[in-house]
Amino acid sequence: MAEIQQKGDSGKGGKKRAKKASTKIDMTPMVDLAFLLLTFFMLTTTFAKPNVMQLTMPVKEKNPNPEEQTKIKASQAVTVILAPDDKVFYYFGLNEPTDKSVPVPEIKVTDFSANGIRKVLLDRKKQQPEPIILIEPYAYEGKEAKYKNMVDILDEMNITDQKKYALIDISKKDVDLIKKQNLL
Amino acid sequence: MPKVKPHRTSPSLDMTPMVDLAFLLVTFFMLTTQFRPDEAVVVDPPSSTSDLQAPDSDILTLTIDNKKRVFFGYDKAPVKEAAIKAVGAKYGVTFTPAQIKQFSLLPNFGVPITQLASYLDKDTEDRKALNKSLPGIPYDSLNNQMIDWVLEARKANAAQFKKPTFLVIRGDGNADVQTVQKVIKELQEKDINRFNLLTSLEMKPSFVGE
Repeated sequence: MAEIQQKGDSGKGGKKRAKKASTKIDMTPMVDLAFLLLTFFMLTTTFAKPNVMQLTMPVKEKNPNPEEQTKIKASQAVTVILAPDDKVFYYFGLNEPTDKSVPVPEIKVTDFSANGIRKVLLDRKKQQPEPIILIEPYAYEGKEAKYKNMVDILDEMNITDQKKYALIDISKKDVDLIKKQNLL
Repeated sequence: MPKVKPHRTSPSLDMTPMVDLAFLLVTFFMLTTQFRPDEAVVVDPPSSTSDLQAPDSDILTLTIDNKKRVFFGYDKAPVKEAAIKAVGAKYGVTFTPAQIKQFSLLPNFGVPITQLASYLDKDTEDRKALNKSLPGIPYDSLNNQMIDWVLEARKANAAQFKKPTFLVIRGDGNADVQTVQKVIKELQEKDINRFNLLTSLEMKPSFVGE
């Protein structure tokens, strides 16, 4: 204490303090740069690994034997036709125009909303525990369903937990049936 | 009485924690970033509730756009190099080492094999301009180059990396089902029965029906 005082006194005039430069440097340009880089990397980065939906198709038989193929029972069959303009047509039972003993099914129209095809499939499952769903994307005379519809209906199969469904080409008799009922 | 001076705080505040955080994030993004590859075609995949993730590697992508075009892509350069040599040999087209190198750098392409050499000779900008008018890879049963690409790439991957190939179909939501079904059918002819449809995630409905 005393020493310091002495020192102070010996100097001329007031205290001569070494001019201390502030330890704080202006960080603003650095921060600007940091945020610029941060924005750049945030915008260019692709995080989300895409999701996939598995689709396993049956092995194609080289020599299909009609005797061995299982016939679908009319009580189990549900045919879902993916129509253009995001519409869904469906009917229960089989469509056999040549067989007079099979009643002609009535096609109903619905959509992809929660109260649409999902409700139909769930209601059907309550009546018939083991439905077999035949998915037929409509493609005739330039009018076609979209790929989005196909993914949507496969998704509905997962949501409603269907055990048996098949993705098949639309048959001529179904096209005729749609025409007869003036749905398209 | 002394004047009461208002206590002036310095307007410069301590930015150190903010800077720390900013640099932490910069480092994180720099290390994790993977630049989006320059795809030949832009597609908007449909959404689904499937939360299955695609694996990290060995992915063969068949991109189907809304103009019925099919594009082929593979995520490993050596496999692509082997595939272009094998498919070229099958169709009697030879490629220069520069063209093969260029091909291995493309994320995907959609030209018939006969036009591939001239497509590869173009520079990046010209190729980008051309991408809109590309015909896509032929996939009809008379001239099915798509299946050759798929088979050769699978073969090359199995030989070089001893791993199975994961086949992903990346379709545009507005693509027609017929094209997708045709591609699937052609692949089924070659006993490829397992497909993965690329989708974007959508929330599962919280309750089903009832």
